[in-house]
Amino acid sequence: MRELIERLTQRYQLGAPTFQREGLTFVDLTANDQLRSILLELRDKEGFTHLTLLTAVDWLEEGRFQLTYLLNNRAANQTLGVRVFLDRDVAVGETIHDIWPTAETYQRELREMFGIDFPGSPRVNDEFILEGWTDLPPYRRDFDTLAYSQQTFRDRPGRATTDPRAHMKHKLYPEG
Amino acid sequence: MKDMDKSFKKNTETEFPLREELRPYTVTAPDGQVIEVDPLKDYFCEEPPKVHRKSYVRIVEDFYNWARAHSLWILGFGTGCGAIEMRPLMTPRFDAYRYGIQWRPTPRQANLMVISGYLSVKTLKRAIRAYEQMPSPKYVVGLGSCTINGGMYWDSYNTIKRLDDYLPVDLYIAGCMPRPEALLAGFMDLKKLIRRGEGEGANRYAENFDWYKENQKAVIKDWDMPEYNW
Repeated sequence: MRELIERLTQRYQLGAPTFQREGLTFVDLTANDQLRSILLELRDKEGFTHLTLLTAVDWLEEGRFQLTYLLNNRAANQTLGVRVFLDRDVAVGETIHDIWPTAETYQRELREMFGIDFPGSPRVNDEFILEGWTDLPPYRRDFDTLAYSQQTFRDRPGRATTDPRAHMKHKLYPEG
Repeated sequence: MKDMDKSFKKNTETEFPLREELRPYTVTAPDGQVIEVDPLKDYFCEEPPKVHRKSYVRIVEDFYNWARAHSLWILGFGTGCGAIEMRPLMTPRFDAYRYGIQWRPTPRQANLMVISGYLSVKTLKRAIRAYEQMPSPKYVVGLGSCTINGGMYWDSYNTIKRLDDYLPVDLYIAGCMPRPEALLAGFMDLKKLIRRGEGEGANRYAENFDWYKENQKAVIKDWDMPEYNW
């Protein structure tokens, strides 16, 4: 895996790789315009034929989204996560539905839950899970799900919450 | 609440547009006549539900209630995780059929709706449709703590907290999840309740129809069905 990363670093702008464990590596791609070519090279030349998942992380404090393309090389039993970063205010990603058709579904989900647009991806603006959603995309971190639920659904009085730590402390050591 | 953003305000201004196929449109017939079509009105009956009055004679009403209590036909509509607890009741081990309880595939053949766990807003719409299509007298049982106060989904953006805001609930079975034995006990309680003449859910729904509709429409933004689904 190390030699693959070294080979790729010669032609692509990659950050420092993270060797998570045997067979799982993550690497940052700092140039977004190289995404398509690196994914195509990995798929066609390096044997990473399977897109395991495409997911996003909302780094609210840094003002950016992280997209992780998790690719799997079945023959070599290797998984490589390519991470790219998008500006949180613009949030437009490049569609890869023509490289892996499954990406279409992931991109629809990201469009609905994070508000990341993928122009050109089929049916990307269709509803995916939510129906009639008019608020912020719910997986964004500035969407407060608790505040939203309290403003939308009525509480039934009498519900009590116990802090597990205080409860167990009281139960195990009643004298204190 | 510690983790809550006090400044967060829900967006209440944006209205969700009506789906294109449900908007009114006009058709020109071959003879030149222009016909206006409103899909939500023309294809459905607009009559609201009516209160089913009790019999004037007490003994007749008691007889009706006795008969109703022995014919609980459950709509096979599973929401959330509780649907899995109903399956053992159909097996020889628990055998709910010996109590006159059985499951039916369509709302037209059922009179008991078991909301078996958490109900997302999307499922709520289907549950309302199914409930309104059931013939009266009909009953609703809320299963599990999610239907009572939200349960573990108390802070979810897409899961309702109180089922009785949206459907008239006759009986709750508490637990997370209740075992099949608890369900059987709940059905027995429901039978007693019906025999006492307190299974008046359908009538409560008809009496407070506007209140229920207001609550339902407050959470279901894309209301793409008629007011009352016959």
